[in-house]
Amino acid sequence: MKKFVFSRVLQAVPTLWVIATLTFFMTRYAPGGPFDTEKAIPQEIKVKLESHFGLDRPLFDQYLLYLKNLLRGDLGPSFKYPGWEVSELIATAFPVSLTLGVLSLSIALLIGIPAGIIAALRKNTWLDYLPMSLSMAGICLPTFVLGPLLIYIFSTQLGLFPPLGWYGPADWVLPSFTLGLFYAAYVARLTRAGMLETLQQDYVRTARAKGANPWQVVTRHALRGGLLPVVTYLGPAFAGLISGSFIIESIFFIPGLGKFFVTAAFNRDYTMVLGTVLFYAALIILLNLLVDLLQAWLDPKARQAQ
Amino acid sequence: MCTVLIFHKFHPLIALVGCLCVAWFVQGCSKPSNVETALNENILHFGLGAEPQHLDPHLATSVAAHNILSALLEGLVSEHPETLKPVPGVAQRWEKLEEGKTYLFYLRDNALWSNGDPVTAHDFVYSFRRILNPNLGAQYASMLHPLKNAKLYHEGKKSWEEANVGAEAIDNYTLKITLEHPIPYFLELLNHYSWFPVHRPTLEKFDAFEKMGTPWTKPGNFVSNGPFQLIEHQINSVIAVGKNEGYWDASSVRLEGIRFYPIESVDTEERAYRAGFLHLTQSVSADRIDYLKEKYPDELHFEPYLGTYFYRFNLKSPPFDDLRVRQAFSLAIDRQRLVDKVLKGGQTPANTFTPPGTGGFYPQPQFIHDPKKARRLLDSYLSEKGLERLPPIELTYNTSEGHKKVAEALHGMWNEALGVEIRLFNMEWKVFLSTISKGEFSLARAGWIGDYVDPHTFLHMWRSGEGLNMTGWTNASYDKALKLGETSNSEKERWENFQVCEDLLANDFPVLPLYFYVHLTLRHPTVRGWYPTLLDHHPYKYIYLQKEEAP
Repeated sequence: MKKFVFSRVLQAVPTLWVIATLTFFMTRYAPGGPFDTEKAIPQEIKVKLESHFGLDRPLFDQYLLYLKNLLRGDLGPSFKYPGWEVSELIATAFPVSLTLGVLSLSIALLIGIPAGIIAALRKNTWLDYLPMSLSMAGICLPTFVLGPLLIYIFSTQLGLFPPLGWYGPADWVLPSFTLGLFYAAYVARLTRAGMLETLQQDYVRTARAKGANPWQVVTRHALRGGLLPVVTYLGPAFAGLISGSFIIESIFFIPGLGKFFVTAAFNRDYTMVLGTVLFYAALIILLNLLVDLLQAWLDPKARQAQ
Repeated sequence: MCTVLIFHKFHPLIALVGCLCVAWFVQGCSKPSNVETALNENILHFGLGAEPQHLDPHLATSVAAHNILSALLEGLVSEHPETLKPVPGVAQRWEKLEEGKTYLFYLRDNALWSNGDPVTAHDFVYSFRRILNPNLGAQYASMLHPLKNAKLYHEGKKSWEEANVGAEAIDNYTLKITLEHPIPYFLELLNHYSWFPVHRPTLEKFDAFEKMGTPWTKPGNFVSNGPFQLIEHQINSVIAVGKNEGYWDASSVRLEGIRFYPIESVDTEERAYRAGFLHLTQSVSADRIDYLKEKYPDELHFEPYLGTYFYRFNLKSPPFDDLRVRQAFSLAIDRQRLVDKVLKGGQTPANTFTPPGTGGFYPQPQFIHDPKKARRLLDSYLSEKGLERLPPIELTYNTSEGHKKVAEALHGMWNEALGVEIRLFNMEWKVFLSTISKGEFSLARAGWIGDYVDPHTFLHMWRSGEGLNMTGWTNASYDKALKLGETSNSEKERWENFQVCEDLLANDFPVLPLYFYVHLTLRHPTVRGWYPTLLDHHPYKYIYLQKEEAP
């Protein structure tokens, strides 16, 4: 197991390097630059700005300098907000996105897994059709529709929760549900599919034949295997959730990472684009590794393969 | 059966505790809104629109930055809340000498920085020197070019001392300013944040004289001299300012603080307003006007705004290198129909480039609607070129539903009057800017908001070689009339020369003015002392909150 983890960590280094390199050159070759504004900047000012951010050097030198700084953990200052370091902005926004992501994922799992189990156990009954229809509606209903809808019902009409902001636990409810319900729909469908497959397995039939009660059959025998598709899905889904959601942040005015991710590209904020992309890539790599470890724990076949 | 078993596991006590937690949580959620608590706290909750890029007045470039900096800093003069005319600020009085070429400002001795230091004439000289420092790379440094020899220093041709720039501290409380030539709107210009002072010891502490991006503008470091001081800055969340008790006119400041929320989405901002989270919004979605007019008739405000929405022609490429085509495109537009039927947000048709009434200047309307003449002009061009019809024209605009709506409406008008096919190209903002600045367009969208209330803020754009021109149009007569309008001390002479500029624009058609902006906003009735102004400036010391009177 240690060898497995060590080799995956080693593999992460070239992966991150390739991502950093591709992102660096793609952003530089995109039309427009960080200092293009509607009010034309005099050439001499543009030269000063470029010099301040090191853009006056040859591109390859900039690239080498960036890699050198990256090795020291220095992501550089944001072009859009020159008073702030990229790492400082990520450190400020990430806890917000992490909180939102964890809450949304909890909601997704708490709703999605029981709904998927019930649907699988009561296949082709209303207990299957209802949650699966709702989950299909959840997948089809985009967050930019669901969010304002939840605000209208629970904030405007009932006055139960604040409509926006991120200042206290009450503010967390509506955005977490908006994001969580969307993922719950996927989780429910994946759980159902996984459970249906597992319930057909010989070892489950054996357990039943031996007289295990239905609760034990589900929790001790079927659930482990049934959740494998969900676990595979959870790695990238969780990375996506905790690296911020631009739409949810925009609807609920949440100071998360998603906004930086998207606006940095629009603003040609080169350092911010690189910082957020690398951060996201590192999260994906880390969470995929955790998923593999979790799968190994859940599935003996996967453990042997590793 | 399984589900029954699952629920069977719950103990009633757990369920009870859960219910109590939910009840407590929901109770906690239903707290009074910002607007409700604001009356007791005297805190104004302000929709800022966007997060400002800088809080350094010498590097700031946005409306959002102005809204914050005008709370934190005060220049030599301040603004009247209704007319925006200059009123005493840090300078308690001033003298105009040499027919407006020299000014002597007498600073009040009770003007203090928020750390207790006195605000002196030396602070202003230091600040002017800093923004003009070529190494700082300040985008708005040219706002100080009216200072004598400032351009020489700014362009790095001479040092500050060699250039003898026209800003001199006679003593701690007397500042002498010498201009290149008299500028009738000079005092109004001083209310632009580029003229605001900065606290020298703070900048020296952070080595910020010629460096951008130092942390001197962060809470705890920022030393201000305005009615408020910076207390909190959470990026993309809130910027909080609290009353500056050391401000010389603190007794007139009725608000205890302001919270600025950089909510970029207009829909989110509107929801925030309706939920009592904001006292006022930065803007309103055009699609929501009808609904808001009905639901919030007394809170939706259409206020004039000093800005022109227009299209640029590229005179360097056919067919717009020919005057007849440009003129035909202008004459084919029914601007009244555009604002009445398409925009519907209180905008007014732009029959001139400068909004009428800017600084008291009322140009003669010249961009008119005459589709028959438009057709004749185009036919004349087509027959000369041996063409049956114009090749498709590319219209470039930055991606936005509003710009698309205008472009589609104009496409319809041109197609109807001239039989021209228009291809609409929308581009992401930075790509758009890059494309336009390289001159790779035929017809492109643009907009301009005035920096000060004088026709010059609009007309200077079309000077030959001016960076904002981008049409390829040059006209020596225009440059001459603009220069005379800039420098003359006689209002009559200025207006005559500016009218010449307007006439030349309407003769040569390098641009296509379409409509004049309005500022659409939702404002809560408890906000008082807030007046519509052309620049959307609202000096905060006059603003207060007062409970609505019962009808």
